[in-house]
Amino acid sequence: MTKDLDELLKQTSEWLRGAGPVSDIVMSSRIRLARNLEKLPFATRATKQSQADVLKLVKEGIAHSPTLKKPLIFEMGELSEVDRQFLVERHLVSREHVIHPDHKAVAIGQGEVISIMINEEDHLRIQVMQSGLNLADAWTVSDTLDDELSEAIPYAYSSDWGYLTCCPTNTGTGMRASVMLHLPALVLTKQINKVLHTITKLGLTARGLYGEGTEASGNFFQISNQVSLGRSEEELIENIERILKEVIHQEQTAREALVTNNRIQLEDRIWRAFGILRHAQTMSSNEALDLLSAVRLGMDLKLMNGLNRSTLNELFIFSQPAHLQKLEGKTLTARERDAKRAQLLRTRLGNHHEKQT
Amino acid sequence: MVCELCKQSQATVHLTEIVNEQMTELHLCESCANQKGTQVESHFGLSDLLSGLADTSKVQEPEEVTVKACPTCGMSYEDFRKVGRLGCSECYPTFKRSLGSLLKRIHGSPIHLGKTPARLVKPAKSKTELAELKKKLERAIEDEEFEEAARLRDQIRRAEQREHS
Repeated sequence: MTKDLDELLKQTSEWLRGAGPVSDIVMSSRIRLARNLEKLPFATRATKQSQADVLKLVKEGIAHSPTLKKPLIFEMGELSEVDRQFLVERHLVSREHVIHPDHKAVAIGQGEVISIMINEEDHLRIQVMQSGLNLADAWTVSDTLDDELSEAIPYAYSSDWGYLTCCPTNTGTGMRASVMLHLPALVLTKQINKVLHTITKLGLTARGLYGEGTEASGNFFQISNQVSLGRSEEELIENIERILKEVIHQEQTAREALVTNNRIQLEDRIWRAFGILRHAQTMSSNEALDLLSAVRLGMDLKLMNGLNRSTLNELFIFSQPAHLQKLEGKTLTARERDAKRAQLLRTRLGNHHEKQT
Repeated sequence: MVCELCKQSQATVHLTEIVNEQMTELHLCESCANQKGTQVESHFGLSDLLSGLADTSKVQEPEEVTVKACPTCGMSYEDFRKVGRLGCSECYPTFKRSLGSLLKRIHGSPIHLGKTPARLVKPAKSKTELAELKKKLERAIEDEEFEEAARLRDQIRRAEQREHS
């Protein structure tokens, strides 16, 4: 079973491809649908038996879905801690899903576009991830998959309140539409707090790279809708897209201003970051994220050549602890990981061309 | 109370968060809270919800809040208030009134306008089926295919009875 998991290490997740609309600023788009089964207790009241029943019913439902073909299914309790963390780093499961792994499972589709967490806070958490600004596509896929599953699985649903979820903040559509934004220029120009503050006033939430409660590292911000009831899925997506356009515009303006007014300082920062990445012998994961963020900005502003976005995107994920240990094929101490991380970055960024004059 | 970060100024910003049923609190002074900036802002969603929960408790009619427990999972509204999570789908009709006002508070509206599970959409599908049959019947009459028309008429009657039952 873990052999299948090792196969994931060799492929690039679809959402990291660095393609799709506005992919210089928008890393990925994600739709998540929370679904529960009628009458069976939610996570708060679940028993071993009820969770086993949920798992069985959902697996049967998945087997009937033409959209999710030949998924890899992992039972979290059977995976090693590193393997579980590996799935978190790839955004295939939530951090919550690995804290108490017993009776929890995940089904992963081809290219890691679709993943379904089973027995998370809700019985099902259907997730569809796409590269770039692509919420509409992600919604189409998740809507179809959800329809297919609902033919086989008796969802908890009321015509008044929609899909009934464990936490009332998800009731209704059960939908969370989110995008991962890279906003280094808004951070550098110290406008980010103002922008995030405005976003929260407009019914959206901002979080860090790994979701709820995580800090924004590498200048990545995950922005999603806060409200899930009282509007249709399409309306919720339109609303977030409308606000996103504005945020993207602000980041673009800040990038242009930096290039125009502070080009030397900006180039200096970017090339120093690149120098450290190419020569350091040991590096923490936070330092790596910050330096990679600077290099990504340099590449997106065409201040650097010869790098491609998908390599950089991958390095953000591969420099995480569990990925390093999977690459090495054994568990590593924090110090060993820092050395391995520096080595990985030196190698992968090694064949780069020098600054264009 | 003194700020937990600088341990000097008076704490004026109080943040509460429930993660995995564990409540954590953070007390900060204005300037430390500002310095923490985005971190603090990202916490606001949850604290808003909690103050929402606390507010609703005051306006609840006492019977649903204190006495009733969900017949399927045994959860009371008091239990729900502690963990912020419901016990099963039957908790929703059980705490209909309290939850209704809470949902309105959280989402600004308590009415679902999103999609419906495919298996519940079926009746609508049978409506288009019925329209289809009626068209066929008209055509059969036009073509003076009376035997076929009679068969279709019976089929339509059966479909209509199914719809009304």
